[in-house]
Amino acid sequence: MRAYEIAFRGIHQHRVSSLITIGAVALACSMLMLVWAFKKEAESSFVGANGGFDAVLGPRGSKLQIVLNGLYHLDESPGLMKWEDYEQIAKFPAIEAAYPIAVGDNYRGYRLVGTVPEYLQNHYYTEGKPFELGRGGTLFSDESMLAVAGSLAARRLGVGVGDTFQPYHGLIFNEDAIHEEVYTVSGVLEPTGTPADRVIWIPLKGIQTMSGHNPAAATDISAVLLKFKQGANMAGFQLDMLYNKQGNRLTLAWPANRTIIQFFDKISWIDKALQAMAALVAIIAGGSILAILYNAMNERSRDIAVLRALGAKKMTVFSISLLEALGMTFAGVVAGFAVYALFGFAIGEVVQRETGVALDPFSGNASMIWAPVGMLGIGFLSGLVPSVKAYRTEVARNL
Amino acid sequence: MSLLSIKGLVKRYPSDSGAQIDVVRIPSLLVEPGEQILLKGESGSGKSTLLNLIAGIVVADEGEIVLSGENICALSESARDAHRARSLGYVFQNFNLLNGYTSLENVELGMSFGSGVDRSYAKNLLDRVGLGNRQDYRPERLSQGQKQRVAVARALANRPKLVLADEPTGNLDPKNANLSLELIQSLCSENGAALVLVSHDSDLDERFERTVELAEFNQARMARVEGGSS
Repeated sequence: MRAYEIAFRGIHQHRVSSLITIGAVALACSMLMLVWAFKKEAESSFVGANGGFDAVLGPRGSKLQIVLNGLYHLDESPGLMKWEDYEQIAKFPAIEAAYPIAVGDNYRGYRLVGTVPEYLQNHYYTEGKPFELGRGGTLFSDESMLAVAGSLAARRLGVGVGDTFQPYHGLIFNEDAIHEEVYTVSGVLEPTGTPADRVIWIPLKGIQTMSGHNPAAATDISAVLLKFKQGANMAGFQLDMLYNKQGNRLTLAWPANRTIIQFFDKISWIDKALQAMAALVAIIAGGSILAILYNAMNERSRDIAVLRALGAKKMTVFSISLLEALGMTFAGVVAGFAVYALFGFAIGEVVQRETGVALDPFSGNASMIWAPVGMLGIGFLSGLVPSVKAYRTEVARNL
Repeated sequence: MSLLSIKGLVKRYPSDSGAQIDVVRIPSLLVEPGEQILLKGESGSGKSTLLNLIAGIVVADEGEIVLSGENICALSESARDAHRARSLGYVFQNFNLLNGYTSLENVELGMSFGSGVDRSYAKNLLDRVGLGNRQDYRPERLSQGQKQRVAVARALANRPKLVLADEPTGNLDPKNANLSLELIQSLCSENGAALVLVSHDSDLDERFERTVELAEFNQARMARVEGGSS
C-alpha cells in the first residue's frame, strides 16, 4: 500500500470533514476565478460590443448615460436633440457614418429602437461583420410599419417573420400603455453577441410619430451614433471642443470605449470587494484544512504510531499527511472548476439576457492558472503543521 | 551465530523526582534462529520497553542489540525503521489494527514499508489464521480473537526473522488466548521465525523452549538503584 493510497484512505475515513474542506476550497477557487475572469471578460466584451462606433452625440448630459443608451440600449436618454443637429454632424468631413436613433417604446420589456435602414444595411458592428438577416428576412424602409428583431429579443419573445405586435409606451413594460400601431416582423437578425441582439429595430419615423407621442417632437431624435473616417483622430478633439467645451446643448461621448472603461474603473471597488471575499474564503479553506488535519492527527496518533511500528519512516508519515492536504485541495480545485463552469455559464446567460453582450467565461485566462496554483499552495502550507505533528509522533507512547 | 544478541543493554527514564532510573538492564541475552522464548515479568518490569528497544522504536542508553548481524543501536532512525520493516513482526496486546482498513488491507500494511505488497501471500496468511472469509471485514466487525488473528497475520506479512509479541493474550478470554498463542507459535515455526513473547502469565512457561525471568535482571537493577547508582 503506497503513501498516496494511505492518504486517500485518510480522506475517505474522515469523509464528512473532508467534503466540507473540499467544498470550501472549491468555493474559494471558483470565486477567485469567477471574479477575476468576469471582470476581464466583461470589460473586454463590453468594450468590444460598442457596435463599431467611435463616438455618440446626444443631448446635454452624462457621457456614460449617452453611451449606455446609444450603444448598449441601457438606461434612459438624457433628453431629445434636434434633427438639424444630426444633419450638421453628419456633414462633418471626418465623419464616415452617422446614424440617428430614437428610443422611448418597448414591446414586452424589449426596447424598440428607431433608426434608418442604412444602419442595419451598411454598418459593420465589428471589424468586417455586417448585420445579417435570418432566412426569409427583409429590412424595413423609412415609411414602413415593419420591424427587425434582434436574435435574443426574437427568441425570448417568441416572434418570427410575419408576426405582428403593438408597441408599449416607455422603456419599461406597462400593459396599460399600449400604442395603437401594429408592426409586422419582417426579419430577425443573426446573433451578433452585441446589445443589438436584445432590441427590436423599427423605422426612425415609427418612434417619432408613434400615437401619443408629442407631435412637436416628431423630428427629434435621442442620439447620433458616429463612426470616424480612418486616421481622423483629430476630429474627436475638434468635435469635443465644439460640442462639450464651446457648446452647451449637446454632449459628445468620445472615445466611446473610454467612457465604458472609465465606468468599469468606477465600479472596480465591487471587484475589489469580491476579490477580498474570495481571498477570505481561500484563507478559511486553508484554515479548515489545517484544523481538520490537525484534529485528525490527534485522533490518529495511534494509527501513525502503528504505521511507524510497521516500519514507516518519519518522512513517510509526514508525506502521507501532506498528501492528504494536497489531495483534498486538488479535489477542491477540480470541484472549483466545475462550480466555475456552472456559475460561469449561468452568469454569462444572465449578462447576455440583460445586456445582449455575449461573455465567454471559458476562454482561457490567467486566473485559471494562478487561482488553482494558489489554492494548492495554501493547501500545502496548511498541511505542513499537521504533517510536522505526524512527523514528531512518539511511537512508543502512542502504541 | 545467534539471530539476536543483546549485551549490556540499559535504558533509563527520568522518575517523578527527576532522577534517572534504569527501566531496562539486560547484561546478556541471546536468541537463536527459530527459537521461541518467553520473557516473563511483572507490570512495570520493562517488558514492553525491551521489545521497543529490540524493534528500534526507542534507543538504548548503553549496550548493543545485534539482530541478523546488524547492531540496531548504531543505526540511524531511518535505518532502524527500514530494518524493522524488513526483519521484524510485531504483535501488540491491544492488536493495533487500523480501523479504516479491511483485514486484508491491515495485513498488506505489514508489507507496505518493507518488501512491498504481495496480495496473494496476504490472503494466504488470512486463510492460515482462519479468516479467509473475513478479508473484507473492518476491525469493528471482528471479535477480539479475530482481531488478534489479523494482527498475527500482519506480523508475519513481511516474512520476518523475528516476531515480537507484547502480551498478545492479555485482552483475550482463556479460550481465545490459548488459540491465539497456538497460532502465533505454529505460524512462527512454519515460517522459520524466532519468537520473543513477553507476558506476566506464569502458566505459559511449559509452552516455550526457554523462559527468561526479567525479575533476575531486575534484582541486579534494584541492587544498583539501592547502591545509589543510576
